[in-house]
Amino acid sequence: MTTPEDRAPGEAEPFSETGEGHGTGVLVYTIGLGVAVLLTATSFWVANTPALWGPGVGLGLAVLAVAQMGVHLVFFLHITTGPDNTNNVLALAFGLLIVFVVMFGSLWIMNNLNENMMPSPDLMNLHMQR
Amino acid sequence: MSIAAAADHGPPPIPASEAGPAPKRIYVSFGFWIFLLSDIVMFSAFFAVYAVLVNATAGGPNGAELFSQTNVAIETACLLASSYTCALMSLAVASRNRLQTYLWAAVTFVLGGAFLALELQEFSNMIAEGATPQRSAFLSAFFALVGCHGLHVAAGLVWLIVLMAQLTFEGFRARVERRLLCFALFWHALDIIWVGLFTVVYLMGVRP
Amino acid sequence: MNLLGNLGWDALPWSQPLPLISGIAVFAIVIAIVAWIFVKGHFPYLWREWITSVDHKRIGIMYIMLALIMLLRGFTDAIMMRLQQAMAAGGAQGYLPPDHFSQIFSAHGTIMIFFMAMPLLIGLMNFVLPLQLGIRDVAFPTLNSVSFWLTASGVLLINLSLLIGDFSKAGWVAYPPLSELQFSPGVGVDYYLWALQISGVGTLMTGINFVTTILKLRAPGMGYMRMPVFCWTALATNLLIVAAFPVLTATFAMLLLDRYLGFHFFTVDAGGNAMMYVNLFWVWGHPEVYILVLPAFGIFSEVIATFSGKPLFGYRSMVAATMAICILSFLVWLHHFFTMGASANVNGFFGVMTMIIAVPTGVKVFNWLFTMYGGRVRYNTPILWSIGFMITFVIGGMTGVLMAVPPADFQLHNSLFLVAHFHNVIIGGVVFGAMAGLNYWFPKAFGFTLHEGWGRASFWCWLIGFYTAFMPLYALGLMGMTRRMQHYDDVTWQPWLIVAALGAFIILAGVVCQIIQLVVSVRAREQNRDLTGDPWNGRTLEWSTASPPPPWNFAVLPQVEDKDAFWVWKEQQRTGQHAPVAPRDYEAIEMPKNSPAGFIIAFFAVMAGFAMIWHIWWMAGIGVLGIFATMLAYAFRHEEETEIPAGELARFDREHPVRHESEAEAAA
Repeated sequence: MTTPEDRAPGEAEPFSETGEGHGTGVLVYTIGLGVAVLLTATSFWVANTPALWGPGVGLGLAVLAVAQMGVHLVFFLHITTGPDNTNNVLALAFGLLIVFVVMFGSLWIMNNLNENMMPSPDLMNLHMQR
Repeated sequence: MSIAAAADHGPPPIPASEAGPAPKRIYVSFGFWIFLLSDIVMFSAFFAVYAVLVNATAGGPNGAELFSQTNVAIETACLLASSYTCALMSLAVASRNRLQTYLWAAVTFVLGGAFLALELQEFSNMIAEGATPQRSAFLSAFFALVGCHGLHVAAGLVWLIVLMAQLTFEGFRARVERRLLCFALFWHALDIIWVGLFTVVYLMGVRP
Repeated sequence: MNLLGNLGWDALPWSQPLPLISGIAVFAIVIAIVAWIFVKGHFPYLWREWITSVDHKRIGIMYIMLALIMLLRGFTDAIMMRLQQAMAAGGAQGYLPPDHFSQIFSAHGTIMIFFMAMPLLIGLMNFVLPLQLGIRDVAFPTLNSVSFWLTASGVLLINLSLLIGDFSKAGWVAYPPLSELQFSPGVGVDYYLWALQISGVGTLMTGINFVTTILKLRAPGMGYMRMPVFCWTALATNLLIVAAFPVLTATFAMLLLDRYLGFHFFTVDAGGNAMMYVNLFWVWGHPEVYILVLPAFGIFSEVIATFSGKPLFGYRSMVAATMAICILSFLVWLHHFFTMGASANVNGFFGVMTMIIAVPTGVKVFNWLFTMYGGRVRYNTPILWSIGFMITFVIGGMTGVLMAVPPADFQLHNSLFLVAHFHNVIIGGVVFGAMAGLNYWFPKAFGFTLHEGWGRASFWCWLIGFYTAFMPLYALGLMGMTRRMQHYDDVTWQPWLIVAALGAFIILAGVVCQIIQLVVSVRAREQNRDLTGDPWNGRTLEWSTASPPPPWNFAVLPQVEDKDAFWVWKEQQRTGQHAPVAPRDYEAIEMPKNSPAGFIIAFFAVMAGFAMIWHIWWMAGIGVLGIFATMLAYAFRHEEETEIPAGELARFDREHPVRHESEAEAAA
C-alpha cells in the first residue's frame, strides 16, 4: 500500500520526478511567462493611457496585480487545489488574510485618525503664524 | 499515482494526515514556505506604511516627479525574466543536468544583478537630486519599502552563489536539491512582491 | 573618530549609587558563576551536553531556566515600583528618582513579556510538543538551538544596560515621538530595540519550526483531530508568531531607521506620523497577548483532563475555539488606542470584535468546568493552579470586556484599572498556566516529582498575593490614578498602594516557596523517583516513554489510534482487548548531530547588537560577517546526523521498563 504524501510547496507535478516530462515543464513555465508579460504590459498601458476613466484606473491596476500574482502562484509555484496541496494552500490563505488585515486595517484606521485629528489647512496656517 | 492507489483492492488508503512524519524534502520546503509567508507579512507592514505616508511629502518631491516609467519597465522585465530562468533552473535540477543548472543560474544571477544595478542607479539619482530618505516621510517610506525588496534580491544573489559552490563541491546531494528548491521558492516570491510593488509604488504613484 | 563609538567610562552610572552597586553585584555574581564552572572543569560537560545540544528537551529546559531567572529580575523591578508608589505620596518623593523609575517600569514590562513569559511558554512547548506528537525531535533541531541562543542574546543585551549605559525610559511600548532620537537621545531605546530585534528573530524561527513540526511531523495515525489540545493551542500560537512578529520587526526597523539614519517615519516633523507606530505596534501587540495565553489554555486542558480522570469535555469545540481565537485576535488591535482619535465607527467595530473574542474563551472555560464535573478530581498542585486560573482569568476577562466598550475606555485608558486588568489576565492566565505546566511536566523532564506541600504553599501565596496586589489597583484606576507615576499628590491613594505593596510581598513569599520547593525536591529526589514514566496516570503520549526520556524519545514511533492515545492504549491493555506487547523490532535510528552553530551565531549577534547600540561600526561589521561565516560553515558541514544502533535502543528500554510494558509482562 502506498502511503499518501503531501506535496512540497513549489514542487511541480510528476514531471519533476522522472525528468521525462521536461518538455511539459518548460511549456508550463513559458505559458506562465507569457500571461505574466501580458498582464504586466496591460498594467503599464492602463497606468499611462488617457483613454480610460481616471477614477477606475487604480482599481483596474489592483485587479491586474492580483491576477498576475495568481498567475505566478499557479504557473511558477505550482499551487493547485489538489488534496496533496491543502496544507500549502491553507498556509497561504492564512498569510493572505493577515496581509489583507494589516494593510486595509491600517489604512482604514489611519485615514480615520487623520480625518479626525488633523486640523484643516486653514487652521494649521493659523497655528503656524502664531 | 494517488489514483492508482485508490483503485487498488487493498485496505482503504490512510489519509496523508495519519501517515506519520513527512519526508525531509517535504517538510523542509514547507517550513520555508511558512518563512516566506512571514516575510510577506513583513512586507505588508512596509506597504501599509507607504500607503499611509504617500502624501506626506512635506513640501518635497512626490512620486510623479521622481519615478521613471521606462526604468521601472526594464526592472520589471529583468525580474520577470529571471523568475522564468530560475524556473528553468529548477527543471535542470530535477533532471540532474549540472551544465544546464549552472547556465540558468548564471542567467538568473545576471538578470537579478541587472535589476539591482538599475535600482541602485535610481536611488543614487534621487539622492543626487536631493530626494533623500531624510527629506520627507514619503521618501522614507519609499526607500524603506523598495530598499527592503532590493535587500532581499541581494541576499538571494549571495545565496545563489553559495548554492552553486555547494553544487560544485557536493553534486546533487539531497540537501543541495532541497536548498535549490527553497531558493526557487524565494526567488518566485520576490517576483510576486515586486508585482505588488511596481503596481502600488510606481504605477499608482505616477498618476496625477 | 573614537574607535569605541560612543562608549566611554561615562557609560557607567557613577552618579547613581543604586544602579551602580546592584549592577556591579549582578555582574560579579555572573562572573563568579562562570569562573566556578571553568575552575571546577564543568565547562566541557556543559558545552557538549547543553550549549551545543539540539535536543528539543534540553533546549526547552534551558528556555525555562532563562525565563525563571528573568522572572526574578522582572519581579525585583515590580517590588521596587510597588515600594516607590507606596512611599511617594504628597510631600514624600520616595527613594527612586523619576529618571530611574522610568527605566524600571520600562524594563519590567519589556522583560516580563519578552524574556519571561515568551521563553517560559516556548520552553514548555519545546519540551512537550515532540513528546506529545510521538516524534523524536522538532522539524529543524539546529534552528531551534539558534532560536534559543538568539533569545539568550536579547536577554544578555537588555541586562547589560543595568551597568553599561541606561535602559529605555519610554515604557515597554516605546511610543514615538518620545522614543525618537530628539526626545530620547541616549542608548536606552537602542538597547530596547536591538535586544528585541535579535530575540524577535529567534522567536520567529521558533514559530516557523513549530508550525512545520505540528503540521508535518506527527506519529503514524495521529490525524489532526487526534492531536492533544496542547498541540492545537501551540499550533495557533505559532501561527500567530509567524504572522505577528514580522510586523514588529518591520516596525522596530523603521524606528531604528529614524534613530540612526534620520528617516521620518514617526517623527514630528517632515510628515512623519507617530500614530502609525502605535497602530503597527498593536497589530503585533494584540496577537502577542494570545501568543502568550493560548499555550497556557492548552496546559490547563491537559492538566484538568488528567487530574479529573476524564477525557476533555468538548474536544472539537475546544479546537474550534482555539482556531477562532487565532483569527479573531488579529481583528481587535485598535482597542489599545480607542482614545487616540478614531471615529465612532472604527471604535465601534473594534469594540464589538473585542467582545466577540470573549465568546470562544467562554466556551473554553465551560469546557474545563464540564471536564471537572463528575470526575474524580485529584487536587495536586497543577490543578490548584488551574482552578485559581479559572476564577482569576474570568475576572480579568470581564474587566477586559468592560474596557472593550469605547466610552468606558475613555475613562479607564492608561489608568491603573488597565494595569490591574492586564496583570489579571497575564498573571492569572499565563503565569498560572506556566506554573501548572512546570509542576505537571517536571517529573517527565527530570525523573522525579516536585514536593507537593511547598507547591501548594507557593500557589496560595501567589493567589492571595495576586488579589491583594491588584484589586486595589482597580479601585485606584477608578479613582483616577494613571499608570507609571513616580509620585502623586493625592494622599488618599496611599493606603491602597500600601496594600498593593503588601500583596507584592505575599507574591514574593510565593516565589520563595517555589525556590524552596525546587531545593527540597532535588534533595529528596531518590524518594520521589518516577520509575513508571507515568506519575499522574496521564492520557497523552509523553507519558508513554521513560522519565526523563532518552534523547530519541521513542525507540519505535507509537502507532496512534484515537485521541488521548496513551489512555486508550492503557484501557485496551487493562481490558485485554489488545494483544500483549510484542517484542519490539529495534532498528538503528538517525539523530541530528549537536552543533555549536546556535551559540556562535548568538555570540556574533550580541557583538553586532552591542556595537550598534554604541555606534561602534567596525565591530558591528565583524558581528554580521561572523554570523554569515557561521551559517556558511554550517551549510557545508560534513556530518548531519549520528546513528544510534539498535542495540543501544534495546538496552535503554530494558533498563527503563515503562509502565505499560511492565504491566504487559505481569499480565503475561
